[in-house]
Amino acid sequence: MDTLAIDLARFQFAFTVAFHIIFPSFTIGLASYLAVLEGLWLKTGKEKYIQLYKYWIKIFAISFGMGVVSGIVLSYQFGTNWSVFADKTGPILGPLMGYEVLSAFFLEAGFLGVMLFGMSRVGKKLHFASTCIVAFGTFLSAFWILSVNSWMQTPAGYAINEVGQFIPEDWFAVVFNPSFPYRLVHMLLASYLTTAFVVAAVGAYHLIKAPHNPLAKTMFSMALWMITIVTPLQIIAGDFHGLNTLEHQPAKLAAMEGHYQTHKGAPLILFGIPDDEAKQMNYQVAIPKLGSLILTHDLNGELKGLDAFSETDHPPVSIVFWSFRVMVGIGFAMLVIGLFSLWLRKKDKLYQPSLFHRLCVAFGPAGFIAILAGWITTEVGRQPFTVYGLLRTADSASPIDATAISTSLIAFIVVYFCVFGAGFFYLLRLMRKSPTRYEEPLEPRLPEGENVPAAIHPNRLTER
Amino acid sequence: MDYALIWYGLIGLAVLIYVVLDGFDLGIGVLFPNAKSEGERDLMMNSIAPVWDGNETWLVLGGGGLFAVFPLAYAVVMPALYAPLTIMLLGLVLRGVSFEYRFRTKRGKFIWDIAFFLGSFGAALMQGVMLGAMLQGIEISGRSYAGGWFDWLTPFTLFCGLATVCAYILLGACWLIIKLPEELASRYYRIAKRWAVALVLSILVVSVWLPLHNPIVSERWFSFPNSILYYALPILAVLCSWQLFRALKLYQAVRTYLLAMGLFLVSAMGFAVSTFPYLVPFALTYQQAAAPDSSLKFLLVGTAVLLPMIIAYSGYAYWVFRGKLKHDEGYH
Repeated sequence: MDTLAIDLARFQFAFTVAFHIIFPSFTIGLASYLAVLEGLWLKTGKEKYIQLYKYWIKIFAISFGMGVVSGIVLSYQFGTNWSVFADKTGPILGPLMGYEVLSAFFLEAGFLGVMLFGMSRVGKKLHFASTCIVAFGTFLSAFWILSVNSWMQTPAGYAINEVGQFIPEDWFAVVFNPSFPYRLVHMLLASYLTTAFVVAAVGAYHLIKAPHNPLAKTMFSMALWMITIVTPLQIIAGDFHGLNTLEHQPAKLAAMEGHYQTHKGAPLILFGIPDDEAKQMNYQVAIPKLGSLILTHDLNGELKGLDAFSETDHPPVSIVFWSFRVMVGIGFAMLVIGLFSLWLRKKDKLYQPSLFHRLCVAFGPAGFIAILAGWITTEVGRQPFTVYGLLRTADSASPIDATAISTSLIAFIVVYFCVFGAGFFYLLRLMRKSPTRYEEPLEPRLPEGENVPAAIHPNRLTER
Repeated sequence: MDYALIWYGLIGLAVLIYVVLDGFDLGIGVLFPNAKSEGERDLMMNSIAPVWDGNETWLVLGGGGLFAVFPLAYAVVMPALYAPLTIMLLGLVLRGVSFEYRFRTKRGKFIWDIAFFLGSFGAALMQGVMLGAMLQGIEISGRSYAGGWFDWLTPFTLFCGLATVCAYILLGACWLIIKLPEELASRYYRIAKRWAVALVLSILVVSVWLPLHNPIVSERWFSFPNSILYYALPILAVLCSWQLFRALKLYQAVRTYLLAMGLFLVSAMGFAVSTFPYLVPFALTYQQAAAPDSSLKFLLVGTAVLLPMIIAYSGYAYWVFRGKLKHDEGYH
C-alpha cells in the first residue's frame, strides 16, 4: 500500500471522527442535564426549571442533529477506507456496533421526536420519561462504542482463524476488555464536565450582562457544582486510566510521559521538546523521581522507556506528549475553577460579575479541547497499530488510491466547514439570547389539572 | 441451523424497512421545490421532523449489520461503491442538518431549502445507483474489491438511480396526502399519479434490462421449468400496480401507500431471486461472506429481543404524531 494513500485515509478518519465526537460528548451531558431540569420542575413545580429546559433543548436539538449526521458517515467509513480492518475485526467489533444501533440509536431516535415535539401530545410524565430514555440512550451508545474502541486498544477474548480474522472466544472478555471500564468512566465524566463548562460559560455571559438574571444564576450555580464535584473525580479516574495504560500499553505511556530511556526512579517531565530523531527530550523541565512515584508508587520504581520496544512499534512521541499535557493542563485548571467557585460561594459573591465570570466564559470550550486532546493521546498513542500489537495501521486500509481519497477528503472538508460552521453560528446565537424573558412573570407553582401548561405548549417551547 | 441465512433475511428486512420509511422523507425532500409557498414547505418538513431520525437509523443498522454479520461483504462492497457512498453520506449530512437550521434563520432559510432538496435528491439517486451497481455485479479478487473506480457508473445504474427517485417521490407524495391539511393535500394526488406511472414503467424497464445485461440472471429467469414459480412475482407486480392506480383514482392515500410498499416488496423479492445465494453479486455468497457462528448467534439473541421492541416503540412514536397537521403545529 502506498503510504500517501494511508496517510490521507488516516487524516480523513481523524477529521470526520474529531468533528463527530464533539457533538455526542456534549449531548451525553446535556441530555442528563435536561432530564435533571425536567425532573426538578415536576418535583418542585418551579417555573425556572422548565424555562431552563426550554432554553437548552433548542441547543440540544441542533447539537444532536449534527451528531447524528456526522455519525452516519463514520458507520460507513470503516468499510470504505479501512476494509481490511473491517474484514478482520468485523466478527468481533461488528456485533458490538450492532448492539449500539439496536439498543441505543433506535431508542434515542424513537424518543427524541417525542422529547422535541411531543409535550402537548403525551403529557408531562410521559414526556419526562422520553427525556430520561434519550439520556439513557446516549449512555448506552457511549457504552458500546467505547467497548469497541477499548478492544482495539486492549484486545481480549479472541482467537484468529485461518483467513486471519479475529473471531470471538469469550464475549464477556471482549466487551469488558481490560481498558474498557476505565475509558468508559473517564469519557462519561469528560462529557459531564464538557457540558458543565458550556452551561457555566453561558450563565457567566448572561450574568456579566445582567447580574440579576435569575435563570443565568441558576444555570451558573448548577454548572459550577457539577464542575466542583466532578473535576476531582475525573482526575482520579484519569490516574487509574493511566495506570491501566502502563499495564497494557507501556509504549503509549512512555510516549505520553516523554521517556525515551528506561529509568529506575524516573522523573516526571513537565515540559520539554521531544526529538524523535535523536531519541531524547530537549530542554526538559522535570521533577526527579516523581514519575516513578506516581506510576509505580515507589520512588525508585522502574519505568520502561521507548528503548524497551522495537523501533517499528513506537508511536509518534511529540503529538502524544503534547496532547496529553494539554488535556492534563486543562484538567487542573478546571479543578482550580471549581475550588475557586466554592470560595466565592462562601463569600456570597458567586453572582457578582468579576474576572472569574470572564474566565468561565473563556473556559466554555475547554471541555471540547480537553476531550479532543485526550482522544488524540489515546489514538495516536495506539499507533502504529489499529488493533494494538496485532494489526498494523498500514495493513488495515482499503485498496483505494490516493486520488480517490483526496477527492473525498476535500469534499468532506468543504461540506463540514460549511455545514458545521453554520451550526456553530446558530448555536452561539441561541446561547447569546438571554434565558430569562423578563416580560413574563415567573409563576411560582404549576397550574393544576391535566391540561398542559401553556408555557410548554410546543409553539412556545421554542421561538424562531 | 443456517444462521447466515437468517441474517441474510434480517439484513434484507432492515434495508427494505429503510427504503420504505426513509423513502418517504427523502421523497419529500425531492418534492420541496414543488411546494407553492414557504408555509407549505414548513408543513412538509414538520410532517417528518419527529420521525426522520428513526427512519435513518435503519440505514445505520443496514451498514452496521453488514459489518457485524457479513464483514467480508462489507469490506468488498464499501470500497466498490466509494464515490456514490460518499455522495450519499454528504447528501444525508446536508439534509439532516436542514431540519433544525432552516428554522434558525430567516435570511438564510432559502439556503437550507436548497440544501434539503439537493441532499435528499443526491442521497436518493445514489442509493438507486448503488442498488444497480450491486445488480450488475462486483468484481473481487481474494478478499478485496478488484474492479475500477467508476464501475458503478453505467447507464443501467443511473437508470436504477432515477427509478429509485421516482419511487421515493411517490412515497413522499402519499405521505403528504395523509399528513397535509385537506386544501393542500389534494394537489398531491395528481403528483402521485404521475410518479406512479413513472415508477411502474421504470420497474418494467429494469426487469427487461437486467436479464439482457446479465446472463446469470437471464438463465435463472428463463430456465424452464424451474423458473415457473418465479413468475408469481411479475404477476404480483402487475396486480399491485393495477390496484395502486385504482386507489389513486379513488383518492385513497393510505391504500396507495401500502400498495407502493407492496411494489417495493415484490421488487426486493425480484432482486433476491435474481441474485440468491449471492450477497455480493456474482462474487460472494452469503455463506462465504458470513462471520463465524459465534458472532451471528451473539447478535441474533439481542436482535430477537430488541427488534420487536424497536418496532413497537417506533410504531408508538408514529402513533403519537398521527393525523393531519394543523397550520400552527410544529415546535419552532
